Formats: sequence, structure tokens, C-alpha cells
Amino acid sequence: MNGLIVNNLTVDHGAIRAINNLSFIAPRGKLTAIIGSNGAGKTTLLRALSGLKDVKNGSASWNGKSILNARPENLARTGIMHVSDGKSVISELSVKDNLALAGLWQRDKKDVAKATQEVLDLFPRLGERLQQSAGSLSGGERQMLAIGRALVARPKLLLLDEPSLGLAPLIIEQIFQTIKGLSTEMGLTVVLVEQNAMGALKIADIGVVLNLGSVVAVDNAQTLLNDPAVRAAYLGF
Amino acid sequence: MQFITAVLTSLSSGAIYALMSIALVLVWRSTRVVNFAQAGQAVLTTYIGYEVIQRTGSYWIALVAAIISGALIGAFIDRFFMRPIFKRVTSGPIVLIAPVVATLGLLGIIQAIIGIVWGLNIQSIQTPVANDGFNVNGTVIAFSLFNAFVLGTVTLTMILLTLLFQKTNIGLALRASAYSPEIAKLSGIRVDAVRTLGWAIAGAAGGLAGMLYIPGASLDPNAMDILLVFGFIAAVIGGLESMAGAVAGAMVLGFAINFATTYISTTLVFLTAFAILILVLLIRPSGLFASKKSRSA
Repeated sequence: MNGLIVNNLTVDHGAIRAINNLSFIAPRGKLTAIIGSNGAGKTTLLRALSGLKDVKNGSASWNGKSILNARPENLARTGIMHVSDGKSVISELSVKDNLALAGLWQRDKKDVAKATQEVLDLFPRLGERLQQSAGSLSGGERQMLAIGRALVARPKLLLLDEPSLGLAPLIIEQIFQTIKGLSTEMGLTVVLVEQNAMGALKIADIGVVLNLGSVVAVDNAQTLLNDPAVRAAYLGF
Repeated sequence: MQFITAVLTSLSSGAIYALMSIALVLVWRSTRVVNFAQAGQAVLTTYIGYEVIQRTGSYWIALVAAIISGALIGAFIDRFFMRPIFKRVTSGPIVLIAPVVATLGLLGIIQAIIGIVWGLNIQSIQTPVANDGFNVNGTVIAFSLFNAFVLGTVTLTMILLTLLFQKTNIGLALRASAYSPEIAKLSGIRVDAVRTLGWAIAGAAGGLAGMLYIPGASLDPNAMDILLVFGFIAAVIGGLESMAGAVAGAMVLGFAINFATTYISTTLVFLTAFAILILVLLIRPSGLFASKKSRSA
């Protein structure tokens, strides 16, 4: 079966059960939004999927191959890119060097150059700031750089953790439209974890609602948006 | 003339402190460990150099052997001691202590092994070039051709290291893995292997330091301990994080010690070094040359 399949996943965070028997499917080429309030286990879920966090129980596979118990760097090399929260860029390095990170280990340097150029076409602002340190960028630019760095590796599955966090509404709209484009135009499979449920569901194909480490609702994103019960209970509007 | 001599000797002793200081900074910023074993690693590689000289008679072959064995020993320690310790010790207050204590243990083990293999007698290594002070207008100054060789070698090493770190892909991987291991891993960089490479470079720098320092001094299992202390003080002056800071800190220390001993009293070596350490910690604990952190908003 194609796509990301998570089955009965359980992850502990110290003595706390962060993810409890969680299952969902993120179909290939689609944009899946995982929403839920703070502490619902969203970030832990992504960290478990990208190999940063050990899993207690359950399984997860990408296009039929298990991805659990793999090292994060090896998952990245097979095309599973996790853009972690906190605008994951290395502040001390220049924009250019940040972009270069995901191309360091690739054999085909010509293709790395081409992929980098495509990222700069997608985010022209980064092209104007190549020599600046990433720490001097605005929040929105950092998010573009974090996503751009992942794109240089030509990923197949993109795991995005709260890209809207701390950004101005206008910038959030831009970033969300770009993320939507990654799935609709470039055919990437995207798993988008968000507290901004409304914004995420608007661009997503599928919505997964998380509460206290478990899935409480899965449906077509549009349907979830219009479901009064879900809106009242989990979306807060 | 006394002044110029003091400047020159400051530079050449500062250069050797800089090598040890860089070795400590390289390990500190990638593993957050002050590597006390560095003194043992450096003296062991110098003993290997000594052994090569006994067999071949060539300082130059010994120099290369010491640098290569320094790299191998550094890589070995990281791969077979530090990495397993970091893997096993993951929580509790011991996390901060265990790796540092492990390096202290390694220091003792290495020095004991040296004692068993080579004995505790003091050995010496001939300087490869003249160590007599230059004669300037009939006055012999305290700066020799060997001192000039030390200064030149360290300068060249710094240039090569700077090029490696700033201009190559390996250098970028080393920097990224030091600044943010997590983001480096998520970008597909094999951080564990890169870290081992960092230990290897540090070990090579220590080996070079030994082969430059010991010929002017003498060789025993504790011969490099003093350089570990000076290298550490230099690293603290420089803020522990940057290689440029480590070099600058080493020069501050080299000048302070040599000027104090030249103009005041030859007994002031340790007092000067530790007074500077305490002053820096009191006035600017983050180091005289710590770069301002980029804004994190």
C-alpha cells in the first residue's frame, strides 16, 4: 500500500504516554493535516516517525517499508524529511550553507545545484539573503529556509511541524499556500502538524484530529471543517 | 631587543597553547565534553614519535607518525569509549558528569600504559633544527630557529584548518553537527561519524602540539599535563566555542606569561596563567572573544 501507514503506535515521553495506540494513513501525494491542541502529541508523533524518538509499540511504514527503529539521517536519505518545530535552521550558518546541508551527502552534485535553484525560484527572498546568517532572517524567512533546506534533498514525504507558529497572519497564508503547492504541483506527500486547525484544514486533503495522544476524528478535511461537533469540540470556533 | 624577544617567544609559546586549545574546543563544541584525556593522547603520540625517532633517526617521519597516530587514537576513543557512554547514559545528573569523568579515567589509563611500555624515566627528543638563540648584532636572544619553525608550522596548520572548516563540505558538516546535531541529522548528515572525525582532528592537533613542545622540553608521561591546563585556560579566555577565540586566547596567555617572566620574575608562570583564568571568569565568563549570539527571534 502506498503512503504513510501508522498502526497502533504508542510512544512514551518519560513517564507520560504521549502517543497512545494511534493509527492513521497519509495517502501518497496528498496533504494530511494533523491538528489538535497543545500537548495532544503532535510533535512527539513526528519525532517518532523521523527516528528522533524511540517507539514503545506499533508500526509505521512508508510505501510498504517499515520506518521505525531507523536512524534519522538514514530516513532523510531515503526521502523522508522532517522539518522540526522552532523554525529549524542553524542560526550560526549562512542561508547558503543551511540550504547546502541536505545536499552534502548526495552523489549527483549537478542535481543538488538544480534542486537548490528550484528552491530559490520558489522562495526568491532566500536568494537575496544567501550570504546572511540564518539567525538574521525574519520568522517567515526562517520557515521558508527550513522548508527549502528539506526540498534540496528532493524528498518524497515531508513532515512539517507547526510551520505557522509565531508568524504574522499574512505570512502564514503565504506559507500555507506554498505547502499546498508542494503537494498539488510537485506531488509530494505532506504530513502537516498544526495548532492552527482552521488554516491547516483549509489547504489539506485529509484531516486527523488528535487529542491526548489518540485519534478522535479522521475525515476529508473539508468535511471536518464543516462538522459542527468537531468545530465546537476541537477547533474552537 | 628584550621587548622584541619577548614578543617572539610569546608568539611561539602561544602557538603551542593554541594547538591544545583548538583540540579542546573541537571536542567541546561537538560533544560538550572537556576532554582531559587530551593530555594523555598528546603525550602518547609524542612517545610514538619518540619511538619512531629511535628506529629511523628522523624527526620528520616521527612528526608525520605522531600526527597520524594522534588522529587514529582520537577517533578510537570517540568510537569505542565516548559514543557507547553517550548511548548508555541518557538521563539523570550523571549525564553531565559521566563523559568528563570518563576522559579523566582515560587520561590515567593512557599515562599508566606509557609508564609500563616506556618506563617513567625522562626521555628527550632532539630539535630537528637548531635550538640556539639567534645572534643579533652580537647579542644572543631567547628565540631560536626551532621556535621559528614552531610558529611557522602552527600558522600553516591554522590556515589549513580554517580552509577545511570554512571552504569544504566536510567542514560544513563538522560545523553543522556541532551547532545543531538534530538539524544536521534531519538533513541526512551522519553526525556520529562526523563527530568521530572531529575527535580525530583534535587528536592530530594534540599530536602535533606534543612534537613541537617536547623537543624544547623533556618527555615523561605527565609532560603534556601543563599544556592541557594552558590549552584549557586559553579555550576559556576564547569562550570555548570558536577556534579563532581559542587561538586568540592562547596568544593572550602566551604574551601574559612571557612578558611577566621577562620583565618581572621567572617564577610567575603559573600565577599569571591562573590569575588570567580567574579574572576572565569573574569579568567575562563567556570569554573575551565570544561572538554575540545571533538573534533567535
